[in-house]
Amino acid sequence: MTRFHVVIAGGGNAGLCAAITAASAGATVCVIEAAPKGWRGGNTRHTRNMRVAHDEGNGILTGPYPVEEYMEDLLRVTAGNTNQELATITLERSKELWDYLAEQGVHYQPSLGGTLSLGRTNAFFLGGGRSMLNALYRTAESLGVVIHYDAKVTSLDIQDGVFNSATVTHGWQSDSPEESTIEGRAFIAAAGGFEANIEWLKEAWGTAAENFLIRGTPYNRGEVLRQLLDAGVASVGDSKQCHAVAIDGRAPKFDGGIVTRLDCVPFGVVLNAHGQRFYDEGEDFWPKRYAIWGRLVAAQPDQVGHVIIDSKSIDLFMPSVFPPLKADTLEELAQLTGLPADAMVQTIDAFNHACQGANFDHTEYDDCHTVGIEPAKTHWARPIDKPPFYAYTLRPGITFTYLGVKIDSNARMIMANGRNSGNLYAAGEIMAGNVLGQGYLAGIGMTIGSVFGRIAGESAANAVLN
Amino acid sequence: MGVCNACRYCEGLCAVFPAMELRRQLSGPDVDYLANLCHSCGACYFDCQYAEPHEFAIGVPTVLADLREESYARYAWPGFLAPLFERNGLWVALITAFSVTVFVLGFILFSNPGVLFASGSEEGAFYRAMPHNTMAGLFGSVFLYSIIAMVLSVRKFWRASESQGSASWRSIWQATRDAAKLRNLEGGGMGCMHKSETPSNARRVAHHFTFYGFLLCLASTSTATVMHYLFGVQAPYPWWSPTVILGVLGGIGLILGPIGLLGVKKGSHSALRPVSGSGMDVAFLVMLLATSVTGLLLLFFRATPAMGILLAIHLGVVFALFLTMPYGKFVHGLYRYVSLVRHAHEQAGDKQ
Ligand SMILES: Cc1cc2nc3c(=O)[nH]c(=O)nc-3n(C[C@H](O)[C@H](O)[C@H](O)COP(=O)(O)OP(=O)(O)OC[C@H]3O[C@@H](n4cnc5c(N)ncnc54)[C@H](O)[C@@H]3O)c2cc1C
Ligand code: SF4
Ligand code: SF4
Repeated sequence: MTRFHVVIAGGGNAGLCAAITAASAGATVCVIEAAPKGWRGGNTRHTRNMRVAHDEGNGILTGPYPVEEYMEDLLRVTAGNTNQELATITLERSKELWDYLAEQGVHYQPSLGGTLSLGRTNAFFLGGGRSMLNALYRTAESLGVVIHYDAKVTSLDIQDGVFNSATVTHGWQSDSPEESTIEGRAFIAAAGGFEANIEWLKEAWGTAAENFLIRGTPYNRGEVLRQLLDAGVASVGDSKQCHAVAIDGRAPKFDGGIVTRLDCVPFGVVLNAHGQRFYDEGEDFWPKRYAIWGRLVAAQPDQVGHVIIDSKSIDLFMPSVFPPLKADTLEELAQLTGLPADAMVQTIDAFNHACQGANFDHTEYDDCHTVGIEPAKTHWARPIDKPPFYAYTLRPGITFTYLGVKIDSNARMIMANGRNSGNLYAAGEIMAGNVLGQGYLAGIGMTIGSVFGRIAGESAANAVLN
Repeated sequence: MGVCNACRYCEGLCAVFPAMELRRQLSGPDVDYLANLCHSCGACYFDCQYAEPHEFAIGVPTVLADLREESYARYAWPGFLAPLFERNGLWVALITAFSVTVFVLGFILFSNPGVLFASGSEEGAFYRAMPHNTMAGLFGSVFLYSIIAMVLSVRKFWRASESQGSASWRSIWQATRDAAKLRNLEGGGMGCMHKSETPSNARRVAHHFTFYGFLLCLASTSTATVMHYLFGVQAPYPWWSPTVILGVLGGIGLILGPIGLLGVKKGSHSALRPVSGSGMDVAFLVMLLATSVTGLLLLFFRATPAMGILLAIHLGVVFALFLTMPYGKFVHGLYRYVSLVRHAHEQAGDKQ
């Protein structure tokens, strides 16, 4: 048995910010990370930026982004479904993050090619999330934080909202796993959501969840969340709420990350498994729409969509990692994709005849739209008639889930009976639902993790050391 | 590279990624250019979320290291000597052994065998062992040959990939600064990660010792030429002469630097090393080390009977160094510099 002041489950952004803060305050800290070292850091390793409020640009951030504007953005995407107090703390304290992370060794770079629109609001990590994590791990290690890799929190000893110890299975993926008990005077849950737990997703989505791709880590299976809820911690959010986008259907089941995005939808039509269109592909620019397409595709038979474009459009979007299927006739393409040929040809014929407008311009809302078909395509509608034809597959890709534990402004968990827990704290995805009741704002996931990671570390260290 | 182009997280790390993004399709010469831009700092390996154990197994530095070694052979002049780059370590060792033997035998055969055990630090002592004109003629011609071979190789390299217009002085100046500071070894500001994800300065420091040590030695040789022809003073030169001072400083750099680099090499992460293993890095470092060690030994023991044999060995090593220069790791500096010029040129054009 080993004892620490603070025991942290999960070694992503939230867990490490908590560990660094608690250790800097003088606490002894242990981080338990389910993944082996090469996979450490969960979804954080796939991130690229963090949305931070600031009153002035700084050379890399191209202009001011005041808290008030940030709050308007947040209220818009969540439709007001947020805990106002915690949201205010998140945005106010996001102002400190640039300098705070820089002190921990994190470097920044100007917004990456193709993401100019985020250059003012989001701080991009030099080298991406994994580089950022490497810096946090280095700092944590230099502060004496003990880190166990390949170690999973399998059960928690919690009595009346008071944490005593965690049972940890070391080498849980090996043939000879070993259990140990780690005692602590405070516990910080930073083990992410349950997005990689297909069984749990099925409780919310039914069998459709079997066809979901998980964009990030396979290690966020929600074990810690489940234990906490079973121990009487209040939950927040709805198990169906999550960040889901439409991604390339050929992406790996887990950890496909950023490169599986597919930007071709506005250039063609999207057919379901029956060869039918089901939504306006030209409603808005893709970055503003890719999030809703995750849910749209999830609602289709077999949770799949097929984007069909022709040679006019093939060079107009960022190339994808997986090459498209290609054929000289629509019939052949139907065969390659496994779509019913008659239905597909019929749908595309009808679409081609409905196209109006001559001033195609994919950089603005142009006048190319359809007339007389349902659903309409309101922009960028051009007949699909110039071979070769190309097909890409779309699948729902889950980024992370929102159902989590309820916390107060000190990141302390609140029990289902309304009382405060004794020494339970949470940060990151596992409590993101407090701020994100629904919707998403690019880069706020990391902000929530860092802000509440620091708060949880401060609160836990304070409680333990005083 | 398809994954990198869709990902772009490494855009800020070094010159390679922005250069990659300018090209939708990568063809042969472009690949050689990218490979030679890479300083093998490791940042993009340790920061890559798609590196092993991920199934995409992206390893940019490994791929580029292999391509880089291949590219040296591709641009070698004359072309039929390109195979020297394969198993380079072996070739360099053979050529050096041969050259040293020839010098020792030459001393015995062409002059009096006694010179091999002669001593002397007074003016002209070296030239009793080997006449000045022979020495100057031999070294002048091998030096000239190396220069010609390298200039022609570099020209081939520069011309292989398309570039818009000729490089401006500004680009050349920018590249010179980048090269002098090894800016691209910084992983965009984080430091070189040759061993693990924890950056360390060892490689940069050792490289600076080596590079500036080399320059000092060149300067030493140049001052010797000046002394000889302009002032008519003959080697060996006294301790206080610029030739000896520069040579000693350079020699020390060329001892510490290569030893440091050999150490770094030994501890370096396998992802940063080429798979092929031609041994060219080690061969070149050992050659530099041999040059400096024999040079300094000659300096210290020139007043003893060991002078003759030391001079023969030193000259043999230096001769082999010059001869193998166009066919070994030395060329990395040339191609890298030219690539940096192209990069500076390209990025400047990009902004206009
Ligand atoms: C592809 C992708 C791109 C993204 N890009 C961005 C972006 O650019 N900006 C942004 O703000 N957000 C982004 N996000 C969201 C962001 O990743 C998360 O909001 C953030 O990383 C959450 O941090 P965290 O520390 O809470 O969780 P994680 O980083 O996921 O860390 C949780 C850790 O807990 C560990 N763990 C899980 N269960 C256990 C257990 N039982 N015992 C021990 N350890 C356990 C896991 O191994 C993992 O390391 C992205 C997500 C994905 C998938
Ligand atoms: S090396 Fe990896 S992280 Fe960097 S751009 Fe390529 S795929 Fe992305
Ligand atoms: S190893 Fe360093 S220099 Fe080479 S491509 Fe990667 S980041 Fe650039």
